[in-house]
Parts: sequence; C-alpha cells; structure tokens
Amino acid sequence: MKVIDIRKDGQSEIRRHEGEEILVKGCLGERYIGEGLKSGRMHIEGTPGNALASYLDGGEIYVDGNVQDAVADTMNAGLLAVKGSAGDALCYGMRGGKVYILGNAGYRAGVHMKAYEEKKGILVIGGKTGSFLGEYLAGGMIIVLGLGYEGERITGYFCGNGMYSGTIYLRSGEMPPNLSEKLKSRYVGDMEKEEVISPVVTDFAHRFGLSPKRCLEGTFIAIEPDESKTNSQLYVAV
Amino acid sequence: MKRYRIRRYEGCISCMKCASECSFGAITTNGKRELVFHHERCTDCQRCVSFCPSGVLYITEDENRYKGNRVFTEDVINEINIQAETGSALLSSMGASGDDIPIYFDKMLLNASQVTNPSIDPLREPMETFTYIGKRPEKIERNGEGEIVDNLPPHLELETPIMFSAMSYGAISLNVQKALADASEKLGTYWNTGEGGLHESLYKYSANTIVQVASGRFGVHERYLNAGSAIEIKIGQGAKPGIGGHLTGKKIVGDVSKTRMVPEGLDAISPAPHHDIYSIEDLAELVMSIKEVTGYKKPVMVKVAAVHNIAPIASGIARSGADVIVIDGYRGGTGAAPKRIRDNVGIPIEVALAVVDQRLREEEIRDRVGVIASGGIRNSSDVVKAIALGADAVSIGTAALTALGCHLCASCHTGRCAWGLATQDEELSRRLDPEKGAERLFNLVSAWTREIKEFMGGMGINSIEALRGNRMALKGTGLNEKELEILGIGYIGE
Repeated sequence: MKVIDIRKDGQSEIRRHEGEEILVKGCLGERYIGEGLKSGRMHIEGTPGNALASYLDGGEIYVDGNVQDAVADTMNAGLLAVKGSAGDALCYGMRGGKVYILGNAGYRAGVHMKAYEEKKGILVIGGKTGSFLGEYLAGGMIIVLGLGYEGERITGYFCGNGMYSGTIYLRSGEMPPNLSEKLKSRYVGDMEKEEVISPVVTDFAHRFGLSPKRCLEGTFIAIEPDESKTNSQLYVAV
Repeated sequence: MKRYRIRRYEGCISCMKCASECSFGAITTNGKRELVFHHERCTDCQRCVSFCPSGVLYITEDENRYKGNRVFTEDVINEINIQAETGSALLSSMGASGDDIPIYFDKMLLNASQVTNPSIDPLREPMETFTYIGKRPEKIERNGEGEIVDNLPPHLELETPIMFSAMSYGAISLNVQKALADASEKLGTYWNTGEGGLHESLYKYSANTIVQVASGRFGVHERYLNAGSAIEIKIGQGAKPGIGGHLTGKKIVGDVSKTRMVPEGLDAISPAPHHDIYSIEDLAELVMSIKEVTGYKKPVMVKVAAVHNIAPIASGIARSGADVIVIDGYRGGTGAAPKRIRDNVGIPIEVALAVVDQRLREEEIRDRVGVIASGGIRNSSDVVKAIALGADAVSIGTAALTALGCHLCASCHTGRCAWGLATQDEELSRRLDPEKGAERLFNLVSAWTREIKEFMGGMGINSIEALRGNRMALKGTGLNEKELEILGIGYIGE
C-alpha cells in the first residue's frame, strides 16, 4: 500500500494514486483531502481538515481520528467511514453514497441531503448530533444511533426543520425538542426496522467492528415531512 | 396585476389562430367556431396580437377601474383583495417595478472628445472590446533568462464585455438555453446555467458555459463543475435578495428532473442561505474547495445581490480568493419572486457598482477581482455607463429574453409563457426555434458591441479597458449632491 505523507507529498500525490489503495498519514488540518475522487481506497491517519471528501464520486475513505467541518459536502457516491467525531455542516447537499461517523456530529449535519434515481444519500451517526440535524432534507436517510447515550437526548433543536422528503431515524424513545409542526414523527415498527434500518446499520457496525445487534436494540423514531402541510399555499400569483 | 380587455376591429376572418396561440386560456373557441374572450385571464403578452393574420386584434387596459386615490391605487386595492381572499404572499416575476426608484443610467451623460483630444473612427481604426475577467497578476515575473513568466491566474476571455445572466433550465426552456449557448459560442462570450444543472446536450458548449453552484446544490457534481469555463457560487440575486428559490414539483418533469437530479414531481427548494457559509472564511473555504476539485484551472465567481452594505461585502469576497464578483442590482429579473421583496429590497446596480469599485480601489484590491454587473442593463449605453462606473463586463437576462420574444408580461411564474421561453410545456417551448433565437441574440450583442465602439471612439478611447472605472467620462443630471458623491461623478457642466 502506497504511503503518502500529506505534509511532504501534498494533495497532488493523492490524486496521482487515485484508484489505488493508499495510506495518507500525518494529517493536521489539511483541507480538501479526497475531493471529487472517483475510485480507490484511502486510509487517513491524523485529523484531516475541512471539506474532506467533498464532491466524492466513488471509492472509499477511512479516517482513524476525528474530522472537521463541511465534510462530504455535495458528495455524490462512495463511502466515508470515520472512527472519531465530525464537526459542523456534515454532508451538506449530499446526493449519494454513505457516510458513517462512529462518534458524534456537530451542528447542521445532513442539511439538504437528497436522493435521485439509484442515488440516495445515507448518513449514520453512532453517537449524537447538535441542532439543525437534517434541515431541508430533500431525500435520503439519516440515522442517529446514540450509542453510549441511552436515555439521553441525542439530537439538538430544530431537527428536520423545513424537510420535504427523506427520513430521519433516531434510536431513541424520546422525540426531539421543538419538532416543527410540519413534520410527522412515529415509532418504527419491527418490519420497517428489519427491512430499512437493519441493512444500513449492520453495514455500519461491520465497518467499525461493532455488534449489529447492539446498534439495533431498542426503539427507533422516524421523522418525516407531513405531506398534508406543503408549501404550496404560501404564494398566490399576481 | 392590471386587468386587460381583448378587443377586435371588424374584419376578423375567424381563423381561430389567436385561440390556438393563447396559452393562458384567455381566448378560446366554442363549438360554433366563434371566439370566446376570457378577459380576466389575459396577461397582455401580445402573442395573439402578433399572430392575428388580419391585424384586427388588440389588447387594452380595462376601462372599469377602481376609483382609488394616489395612495390606494388600483393595484394596491387589487392586491389587498387577493391577499384577503387567499392569505398568501404575492408572487410575481421579471424585474422590480418600483416606479419611483430612479434609473440612474438615465440621469448620467457620457463624454466625447472635441478638438484637443481627437475622437477615433471605429470604421477605420481597430477598437478593442476584448475583455479579460479575473484576478490580475500582482507583479511581472521573469525567469533566469529574463523572459516574462506567464503568471496570469485563470480568467475568462470575452470578445465583448457582455455575457448572458444565469437562468436555469426549469426557469427557462431547454430551447432558450440552447439559443444562449449557441449565441455565446458565436459571440465569444458566456452563458450561465443558473442553479438547474447542465443538460447533457449542452456539455459541448462548455468553453462558453459558466456553471452555477447555489444553496440547493442541484445538479452539482464533479463532472458538472469541470464542464464549466468558470464556476459561479450564487449567494443572492437582485430580484430577491436574501430569499431562496422554490421550483415547484409541477415544473420538475422529464429532463428538468434529470438535469437537476431531483425526482419528478418533488419540489426543488434552494434554502435562503448556504448552510455551510456563515462567514467570509466559510465562503473562502467553498471557493477553494471548488478550485481544488477543478485543479485551479478555472476562475471562481461569487454572485451577490446589490444590498445596502454591498461595498464591505464585495471587499470580503475579494479577499475570499474568488476571482470574480457578480453584482446583481435591484432591477434584476427572475422567473418567480415574492412581489414585495422584488419591489422593495436591494439597491440599483449603478450605485452598487460605484461604491464597490470605490471601496476596492481604496483598499488596493480592485485588481484581485473582476466585477460583473447585472440587473436592468437595457442597451449599449447602459453597458458603457456600467463600465465607466467600474464594471469589467455586464450580463443581460431580461434583454436577452426580450430578443427571443419576451414581451415582459411578467407571467413567468405561471409556467405558461406563450412565447415558449419560461415554460417546460413541450408544445409551448417548441415555439422558440433555438437556431433563430441564437441568431437574434448574436445580432443584438453584435449591434451593442458596434455601438460601444462608437461611444469609445467618440471618447478617444480605443480599448474598453481604458474605460473601466473612468468616472470622468460621466456627468450627472437631476441628481442631488449626495447621489453625485456616491456615484463619484460631477454634475453636467462641472
């Protein structure tokens, strides 16, 4: 496996080895790593900087430590798995691929994620998230597992505000605070848990060597837009 | 929201052409081949009038008016009634109609040379309208042999300082975009995708295409970013500063859905802000992120609406690493905007340009960015005046649509454009022949370019660059001292 010292070799070396399996080490806040990559497998040691994996278009990126802000911005395909936590504005406008964060995520995670044809953005957060999770969600799926935070609140305020498609699943028995009246929330039934949540969470658990059973135990809540309360009555033409 | 009446003189041959052309259902036929007029649906788009073979059809404003007064005019009364009925915000399209907001272009006069500095005849001497837009190198670099090193940052090259404004596929039809792209190629200028992605059939125009990234990120992916000659980050637009976009699910059909990468029938909502940009530092991060993914080969533009504190905003953008600032003024058009916002928010482009150019010069960062002005540019004299106020180039939207047949009926938001421009209806959009359209756009911009050269020649200038920010070329009339001070120009005769 090719080893790249990010501080000596820089980004261009990563691009030169696109499609291969590489190890990028010594990261200390270097921005834009893995931007727009289409293939290959990258392991990252240290803490990569903002905008990691933005426009990612395929391949796999594994990060040993934490990641910072604006990670997986406008991501289109591929996989990003992070063993630590993520900063703010994670997965903004993401259209496809999977992002797995073992730890926590900051504010504004999953804002305006979408889905289109075979593409469907999937974000799984092992820990908990800050406020504004999944605002303007336009498609795709966000799952927050709250591992280690059982019995606690695992999202902040304004969860799912303005969302108009897609689903947010929370492994929690407690509804998020100040949920918008334009949203519907419900407890997830066994069948949906088995068919929709389980395959994604099982894959998540395997990537981090966790027990899928442990990640799936307990109650899940689903949050979705209330289709009877659309925005279509907002305006009248003159 | 004026009400109209459809009328005809004698001589109608009952060909029913008007009924088949009317897309708003204002003229229909009954079973007996007679025309039925539904005056309340008429938008005064003039399609029927243009196509009446006997020339007997005409549209007038309805004589039945509310009495009203100077304060509560007929429009005010009508709007109150509509809102009382529906409880909804008013939605309209095209540019602002604030009647009492000055059009400063019309209050400025240009200079010309007499005797002491001779004018130049553009018919016999070369006139340079070629425009580079982007950062300028800070210093000349030479290599060991003393040769000049090409250190020019990525830039756009325009044969004439006129480009086409961002209008998305979805807001306008594919045929309109084809006409814009084709005309841009022939003119050596650029058109802009708006936030609607780039249709597969238009990738071949990539050398003349600017691709837009807005808050919804619709249709944005690596290939799209690299297909553009430049990438524009849209923060705001003049018609609706501070407001996001909302393309209703009804318009997300077929190729529009495919190009935006939004499922058919689902609304496409562009949030008001970019939720990953809360500061100039965040903007800088997105600018650099786009540069990174496009290999630092393409200029990155940032488009903002002209608002009260536009000068410090522009200064921030210039420091963010962006190559070009696009400023869209109060009168900028749109396919749909809340009417109150359209008519009451933002400032005219003339003022915004003057204060931005002044601020960037004072801070000695004017050369770090190109400045493009838009929002109500109607003719070549507006272009010349905008450049004299500090723009590198302008872009035109409404003027381009007008060249393609738009009659400013401001019904774009209905999606029923009778001229086949602001519609996704297949039958309606066939009304525009993209080749013929491209030819008309080519003619328009060529004619303006010719006129710009005449202005330049008259002023004794043979390169458009020498006009940029040359406020000595402008004098104001009918303006107060404060306005003159802000525009940075003298009064006529001064």
